[in-house]
Amino acid sequence: MSDYPLRAEAIKNQFKRAGIHFVVALPDRVTSHHLLKGLLADPDYHVVQVCKEDEGVSICSGLYAAGHKSVFMMQYTGFLDSINAIRGVGVEGRFPVCMIVGLLGKEPDVAPTQSKKFGVKIIEPILDVMGIEHRLIERDADTEQIAPVIEKTFKNSFPTAILIGREPR
Amino acid sequence: MMKRDEMLKAFLRHRKDEIVVPVYTAAQEITHLAPSDLNYTFVGAMGQGSSHALGLALGRPDKRVVVFDGDGSLLMNLGSLVTIANQAPKNYVHCLCENGCYETNGSVPIPRAGQIRFAELAKGAGYRKTYEISELAEWERLLPQILKEEGPLFVDLKVEAGDEAYPENFQRLYSFEYREKFRQALAKS
Repeated sequence: MSDYPLRAEAIKNQFKRAGIHFVVALPDRVTSHHLLKGLLADPDYHVVQVCKEDEGVSICSGLYAAGHKSVFMMQYTGFLDSINAIRGVGVEGRFPVCMIVGLLGKEPDVAPTQSKKFGVKIIEPILDVMGIEHRLIERDADTEQIAPVIEKTFKNSFPTAILIGREPR
Repeated sequence: MMKRDEMLKAFLRHRKDEIVVPVYTAAQEITHLAPSDLNYTFVGAMGQGSSHALGLALGRPDKRVVVFDGDGSLLMNLGSLVTIANQAPKNYVHCLCENGCYETNGSVPIPRAGQIRFAELAKGAGYRKTYEISELAEWERLLPQILKEEGPLFVDLKVEAGDEAYPENFQRLYSFEYREKFRQALAKS
């Protein structure tokens, strides 16, 4: 376990570093077990569980309008399902929604665009066409990018995506 | 059945410093009848008003948040009833303008128009209290209570379009500048 490349704790530390209290989430098989369950059990975080991903985009936006930063965790399938809300609320409405997206089924150390999973392969091109900046997180060292991306989301008042390329443990 | 603009005018007579989240036609009418920086109209996509309002209610538990949702909109985001009930914000009032149709999109009827018990759906989801109101006098009578009792509350308002046509101002509804004005006004409020 000690040489496992990505720790859930390293991601959680970045949320803390960015001053995140609210986490909006729908369970994602990549991050559920070690990250989301840990957040649910941690009194420092208020986890808002949603039934559908587009709700999450809007809840994060309402929280922002009320003066709070949040992140929004989901599986890539949920990202695809909530494209219209991300388009209308996030991109056109310029609400800062930082999406933490699990790439279920992505092969380790393979670029998402080279994945054999069709759904995984199309995520980055969709983000690019929407003008949404994204980062791939596969190792502990990559997690150092998370807090700066969260900060940039709110500074620019525009969505960003942090793609989780393997299960954090 | 109430005329929607008369129903909104009654609400506005009782409004104090609540955040109001109206969608579609209700948004056009409220921003015309009672301009306020605390009118939050930036919902961005159909069905999303109740979810924006949940974020606002969780972020500012000291402020009452009143949503004027549409029935077509709510059908597009029914799961939000469960999400809201699960968070149980005491300051959340979910008013539904039930007109039985997609008024903005050509007044096509919603599925099972007039036969859905929206208040029962909200009750089953776990809202603390629900109302069904079809008479203006009853709405006016219950408003003081609805605006102060513990939520989340769900108020099914049976409405139809009013007699007056209100101007559409989409610039106001989706404007980034008004969104920032809202944030500033709320921060001061």
